[in-house]
Amino acid sequence: MNKKEPLFHVVKRDEMPWYHTWLIRIIAVLLALVVCSVVTMLLTGQNPLEVFEAIVYGGFGSPRKTWILLQNLAILLCVSVGLAPAFRMRFWNIGGEGQILMGCFGAASCMILLGGKIPNALLIFLMVVVSVLAGALWGFVPAFFKAKWGTNETLFTLMMNYVAIQLVSYFTIVWEVPKGSGKIGIINQQTMAGWFPSIGGNKYLLNVLIVAAITAFMYVYLKYNKHGYEIAVVGESQNTARYIGINVEHVIMRTMALSGAVCGTAGLLLVAGTDHTLTTTISANRGFTAVLVAWLGKFNPLWMILASFIIVFLSRGASQISTSFGLNESFGDIITGIIIFFIIGSEFFIRYKVCFRGQGTEEIERKKSAADARNEDRDRKSEENDRWKSKDGEEPASPDPQPGAEESAKEDTGKAPEGQKEDR
Amino acid sequence: MKKFWSALLAAAMTVSLAAAGNAAAASTTAAETTAAAETTAAAADTTAAASESAGAAKSAASSETAATDGVDYSNMKVGFIFLHDENSTYDLNFINAAKQVQKDLGLSDDQVVLKTNVPEGQECYDAAAELADSGCNIVFADSFGHEDFMIQAAQEFPDVQFCHATGTKAHTQGLSNYHNGFAAIYEGRYLAGVAAGMKLNEMIANGDFSEDEAKIGYVGAYTYAEVISGYTSFFLGARSVCPSATMEVTFTGSWYDETAEKEAANKLINDGCKLISQHADSMGAPTACEAAGVPDVSYNGSTKDACPNTYIISSRIDWAPYYKYAITCAATGKEIAADWTGTLATGSVQLTELNENAAAKGTADKIAEVQKQLEDGSLHVFDTSTFTVDGKNLDSYQADVDTDADYTPDTEVISDGYFHESEYRSAPYFDLKIDGITLLDTAT
Repeated sequence: MNKKEPLFHVVKRDEMPWYHTWLIRIIAVLLALVVCSVVTMLLTGQNPLEVFEAIVYGGFGSPRKTWILLQNLAILLCVSVGLAPAFRMRFWNIGGEGQILMGCFGAASCMILLGGKIPNALLIFLMVVVSVLAGALWGFVPAFFKAKWGTNETLFTLMMNYVAIQLVSYFTIVWEVPKGSGKIGIINQQTMAGWFPSIGGNKYLLNVLIVAAITAFMYVYLKYNKHGYEIAVVGESQNTARYIGINVEHVIMRTMALSGAVCGTAGLLLVAGTDHTLTTTISANRGFTAVLVAWLGKFNPLWMILASFIIVFLSRGASQISTSFGLNESFGDIITGIIIFFIIGSEFFIRYKVCFRGQGTEEIERKKSAADARNEDRDRKSEENDRWKSKDGEEPASPDPQPGAEESAKEDTGKAPEGQKEDR
Repeated sequence: MKKFWSALLAAAMTVSLAAAGNAAAASTTAAETTAAAETTAAAADTTAAASESAGAAKSAASSETAATDGVDYSNMKVGFIFLHDENSTYDLNFINAAKQVQKDLGLSDDQVVLKTNVPEGQECYDAAAELADSGCNIVFADSFGHEDFMIQAAQEFPDVQFCHATGTKAHTQGLSNYHNGFAAIYEGRYLAGVAAGMKLNEMIANGDFSEDEAKIGYVGAYTYAEVISGYTSFFLGARSVCPSATMEVTFTGSWYDETAEKEAANKLINDGCKLISQHADSMGAPTACEAAGVPDVSYNGSTKDACPNTYIISSRIDWAPYYKYAITCAATGKEIAADWTGTLATGSVQLTELNENAAAKGTADKIAEVQKQLEDGSLHVFDTSTFTVDGKNLDSYQADVDTDADYTPDTEVISDGYFHESEYRSAPYFDLKIDGITLLDTAT
């Protein structure tokens, strides 16, 4: 300490008990509400309590509102859960939007071309197959290029979104009704061919159940299945994965096809379950919102339920504010933004501690040396990565997959990926 | 190798952005994403429960209501669904009409619910159903793509009236509580066209260009009947006073795209067009005209403030008469027409202020004269003797009035020497490509 010590330091925290982390989160939400109240009073002069009441009313004010909330939650969750395996693999799939659209496109094309020509059950079966495959294809293509030629998946998946939008936009005009309007309208409105049946008169229940099943499947798949383990290992270190005999290229392609397929399913649910139409904006940016949800939920499908709920609840509340108080919808978005900012910000205080001058110096030193060690470790790893990659064109000399290695990998399943997640 | 490094760098940026602890950066992106996503994702919502204090205001308002035409509106609750909010000129026109009607009929704030930013999907059905749930007796929607979702809601709530502007299906749907409304805007366009023709004549007389160079440019949205009807009536109006006029039309493939509209207007100006008009909604074309000093006939509202030297006149639909008609019918238990077409006489078709700086002398008088002829029926916009298609005058035409997926022509629309626009349904169905108008492209 020869230089003057800065006013405060940021120190990584040790593991905290769960009630402590939740205390921080609750304090963050309360603080967010205080800030929202101040902003509300300054900007609009409305009573902040009434504004909060409107948010809750927007989410749960009537059985219909509750169902709409659940339906929106289900679709957003479905997309987020679709992104989860890719993100765990550190494959930044921001092509959810395109994968949803392709799922919508697949389902809608079956409804338009085959509606009324084949039995309804067969039609629905075909729609499921086509939209899942269409979504999977949109996930597989960037993964294939990444695996074979190391292309950048962020850019690639993003560009695939635009391809999907243009495709849908082209076919919107092919199928528009009436001519020139640029709108398809509700498909098979009279015959309801290809529409998902409503369970007990409820339009949204089936979608909610399907997504619940997908979420449960993904949780088990990531946590208890060998594939889930492989995904986690590939995400942590491709070299380790190769060393223990995982075929990295194969895992990347398989995982992205799955990711795209689940996003495609979200498209199917939108077209067959609720909207029954096809537009370029049908996914309503859920492919991007889901990125936020996936991060908030720490790539864990169960946490994503909570994260999607927060996002959907706040957005329903935001539009309620605009109708109740005759305010522009931007105001609701400001409130939503403040709350989400605090929620995300709270994660910082869960992982780090702020120490003011003269406080906890020893601890800082200890952390620092530990961090240095880790960084060196990381540097070394990335150099190794370079060596792998720099053999452009050459097949990386990965050891042949050995059944034995895979077996042992399987045994570790469940523990290792969890540990890695905590470390992040 | 370079490629690899850039790829790695990009990946590293993503990872570091997302990395734990980098909360500030992550939350910025996150907030942006949600803000953008949620505005569109959200279905707009219904009103809050009626509060007691507002109830008092309601009774005060209803005593006032009793004065208007002796109709009691106190039991009415009106819901409005808008595609965007007041930042869109298209929706602003509807929102203003809604507020106007609220004032005219003396409805309290409690009796009127506005839902903005409702996309053309399931959200529209949800919004309509929520409005019905909250006790609305009548619900209006303003965008073409809302139609099917309004029909869906109408089927579910037979006791609630659903009125949809610009739609085409009410007359074939067979629902007694679902209705379409539009206006004979082609008459307004025709009058605006007369103003344009006068301007062309003036410029020819000034020696700015010769008679056969009198070419009009038109920025359209889609090659949709509403747009075709609009530019054709505008052109016929112009040609009725400037016989040598021709027109070029280009389409942007969007109802609102400021950049595309500006570029389209510039393209037309470079192509030798002497006067510009447009269907698309943004300020793109008017501002391009102001910059180039080319006269412009606007749409949906005056652009005089932004374009003091080139704005001539504009035509627009005033939706207040339709709202008033439908709400009054609902309040008195009268049937609302399946198709209602507003006219010059109902005040639905309006011309906004004439700009004396840009318009030719005598324009106001000429417009008044032609308007009188249109209103008394001595003049028809689509008089078949005034235009030809492929060199021939038409005496018969089957139009696609009943909307179906195959665009089947189903109704004879020419009789008594003119094309009967907006009579067999309120939304326009004139889709003939007449001689004298060149389409530079199409956007279907």
